[in-house]
Amino acid sequence: MAEEIAEHAHVATPAREIVNDFSITVGSINGTGSQTSNLTLLRALFRMGIPVSGKNIFPSNIQGMPTWYTIRINKHGYLSRRDEHEIVVAMNPATVHEDMERVVPGGVFLYADHIRPQGLREDIVTYPMPVQKLARESGAPPRLRDYVANMVYVGVLAYLLGIDMDAIHAALAYHFRNRAKAVDLNYNVVRSAYHWAEENLEKRDPYRVLPMDATQGLILVDGNTAAALGAVFGGVQFVSWYPITPSTSLAEALEGYLARLRKLEDGKQTYAVIQAEDELAAINMAIGAGWAGLRAMTATSGPGISLMMEGIGLAYFAEVPVVIWDVQRVGPSTGLPTRTQQGDILFAHFASHGDTEHVLLFPADPNEAFEFAWRAFDIAERLQAPVFVMSDLDLGMNHWMARPFAYPDQPMDRGKVLWEEDLERWEQERGEPWGRYKDVDGDGIPYRTVMGNRRPGAAYFTRGTGHDEYARYSEDPENWYRLVQRIKRKYHANRHILPRPIAEETGQPVGILTYGTVDAAMVEARALMEQRGLVTDYLRVRALPFHDEVGDYLARHQRVYVVEANRDGQMAMLLRMAYPQWATRIRSVARTDGLPLSARFIAESILSQE
Amino acid sequence: MARVNKIGLTMKDYRGAPSTLCQGCGHNSILSQIMSALFEMSVQPEDVVKFSGIGCSSKAPTYMLSRSFGFNGLHGRMPALATGALVADVTMKGIGMSGDGDTASIGMGHFKHVIRRNLPLVYIVANNGVYGLTKGQFAPTAEKGLVLKRHGENPYMPIDVCMEAIASGASFVARTFAGDPKQLRTLIKAAFHHRGLAVIDVVSPCVTFNNEPQSHFSYAWARDHEAPLHTMDFIPAEEEIYLEEPMEPGEVREIRLHDGSVVLLKQVESDHDPTDRLAAIRAIERSYQEGVLLTGLLYINTEKPTLFDILNLPEDKPLNRMDEAILRPSRETLEMLNQEFFSGAAPRGNGHGG
Repeated sequence: MAEEIAEHAHVATPAREIVNDFSITVGSINGTGSQTSNLTLLRALFRMGIPVSGKNIFPSNIQGMPTWYTIRINKHGYLSRRDEHEIVVAMNPATVHEDMERVVPGGVFLYADHIRPQGLREDIVTYPMPVQKLARESGAPPRLRDYVANMVYVGVLAYLLGIDMDAIHAALAYHFRNRAKAVDLNYNVVRSAYHWAEENLEKRDPYRVLPMDATQGLILVDGNTAAALGAVFGGVQFVSWYPITPSTSLAEALEGYLARLRKLEDGKQTYAVIQAEDELAAINMAIGAGWAGLRAMTATSGPGISLMMEGIGLAYFAEVPVVIWDVQRVGPSTGLPTRTQQGDILFAHFASHGDTEHVLLFPADPNEAFEFAWRAFDIAERLQAPVFVMSDLDLGMNHWMARPFAYPDQPMDRGKVLWEEDLERWEQERGEPWGRYKDVDGDGIPYRTVMGNRRPGAAYFTRGTGHDEYARYSEDPENWYRLVQRIKRKYHANRHILPRPIAEETGQPVGILTYGTVDAAMVEARALMEQRGLVTDYLRVRALPFHDEVGDYLARHQRVYVVEANRDGQMAMLLRMAYPQWATRIRSVARTDGLPLSARFIAESILSQE
Repeated sequence: MARVNKIGLTMKDYRGAPSTLCQGCGHNSILSQIMSALFEMSVQPEDVVKFSGIGCSSKAPTYMLSRSFGFNGLHGRMPALATGALVADVTMKGIGMSGDGDTASIGMGHFKHVIRRNLPLVYIVANNGVYGLTKGQFAPTAEKGLVLKRHGENPYMPIDVCMEAIASGASFVARTFAGDPKQLRTLIKAAFHHRGLAVIDVVSPCVTFNNEPQSHFSYAWARDHEAPLHTMDFIPAEEEIYLEEPMEPGEVREIRLHDGSVVLLKQVESDHDPTDRLAAIRAIERSYQEGVLLTGLLYINTEKPTLFDILNLPEDKPLNRMDEAILRPSRETLEMLNQEFFSGAAPRGNGHGG
């Protein structure tokens, strides 16, 4: 296996075929419908049983700017973003030369023949495609011609690479929900392009695909859809949100699933989704709902979290459960709104003024996005606290191969909530009056009643100001000290309910530590390093605050490389703070340019230090 | 013996912690009229929930209804907080206490959007034109030309809470004066029975920072310039016992609220029709020209759908009492959904080959 994942450029020799191990990048203009063609290719390859991933590198724009889509095909299942492009399809006159430069030596360059690139490279194979001609001949009405024109490259690639036409038809049928007219129109363009290529092109490149059985039982899904579905199976009842890329599709997917799955027989809703006027309202609404006993959440990205800061502090201090999805994009400021980063870790962990420390969960793939979405409610209600789920644009908006989602393996944990009869029993059994912020169990978690509990004595006054165990206003220094210490204890005494780190160890001196979506590239980078003689152990952190295993892992390794997609190595900083005794063992490998990290970057960064 | 209402409670059952507001603060009068109104209407305190933001106004809910849940949240965010909470149990009655800065400055966006959504909530703006807790800065509702000790003369035009409310599509807009307990209490009762968001802008003099005789928010000015739009009385359907004065049949206009209760308007100085939005705007505009404080029910629309209608929430089953059986779809449902995703099954046949 090792030599097959070599990252050197493939040299085109007719004698050697390169099968199921290359990337296709399509350069087009956003808003022209190329996404349908790209997804069709992705799905068709997936349906052929070949491991694939799709990365959309798109502009913050509605229509008219350059956009790229890269499909990685890898028989070993390594599916993170690569820096190399073996096959490039140029549909955008504005980027045609840039796109041609991307192609690896010996690679393939397809271009719409009306673009007429100047000075075709001689070290690559080039194929023109009569895109406009075939679109005109397709019989599509003029307004749809630009859209179906993108199907031409699907057909030409199908011929050149050997993509199964049945699989393409199945992908189109899925995309257009079996609407025969749309499926036929697009499929006919694919087929005529296939025939045109068959009659007019001489295959001079080594790339091709062959069916495998590596995707059977798997699905293709994006992380935002997975998160929305997970939240529904977590019993979400209240969603307040404000549109922001890249979290918008999470909230929209929630609305769709809730409308389908969570209505009573009389059509009444068992949930509320409110598009708020801003993120300030979104978080405060969710806090109101969480306080009143609903499973409440909001979905946003970094700029939204910035606006939510004060509310997050209130939820932390007043001890209100609420789930916050941060689908991270590139900051600071408006930054790169449509690119990915793990840049909000420190800021979310310590969100708001004063002494705070929040729970963060780090899903690495759609299956964890689903699982953490339902688990986050259990954790938030158990801890009576805000819980962040730190997704990112790469996970949220790109298509990933995933296992079918697994039904929650435990019943919903609603935490220490006292309804009318619970409160009565509580006071009888304990022989003392209930107090909202009394730590009677010694785990730092008090018992709460929720608005709507009609038993006299159940009501209390919640405030963001200093309060005593009975929720009464207090400015007493001793009381304040006791309160904030108890809240801290609440987090640390209950860390065991958070997702544990995942370790893969064979007793090596060199350890790797990552979190979230870096995992995809890390798996491949470890294989690359192993091929170069560096065998590593691996720990993937899935929650903050850290479990004890994390400290033990640092203790067991001479050097631990902490790999993450941000500028300053935020997780490395947290580790050094939490484990000062191991601080000198921690080496940060961090980079941010808006793209998911590549395995090659990670491997080279670590190897250069070994 | 203390007076007992229809559900066997005395005024004491509606009280809160002792007030720490300044002696003579208009906000204390507002609190006492809320307590009286709820007592007189025999509302169970446990059925009420209080919300507030930050400021003197927002401290106030502590000093009433200690048997009710309450949430003193963030500056300006009371409307959002109340929205989330009230959705959890639509059988609860919400009272939001806010101030001029809380509503018309830092929280203006939320104020207008909660109106737009028509959340069932009694929204009281305790309006004194001045920031009290931070010791006497101009509020956005302070009139142009007002002179305050530390900040000199206010050069800006004021924001009129009622005008903003009407412009945002409010379904109930009233203005009153903390020194007019009868009108205040009557409006609170009417607001409490309104199905939707009821804004009551209460001119509530600040005895400490804004009680110069020439200020619109002083007791002296308000007493001299108050121009009641109409004398109004509110009669909940189930009781008429607290009707303050008999109505002359010819002078009465009836507005039937959704819960069956009725607001009666007695027209004194104008023939204002509170169901006419344009008339309400004109009346406010005219009051500026005349330099009077227009009080009374300015506008009401009992037909506007509430947020609960729009969200199509069950009326009898609060969301927060729903359990896992309702909230978590079945295992079979997840299997069905899994099958809807594009799957990696091996291709069959070769029917479409080129």
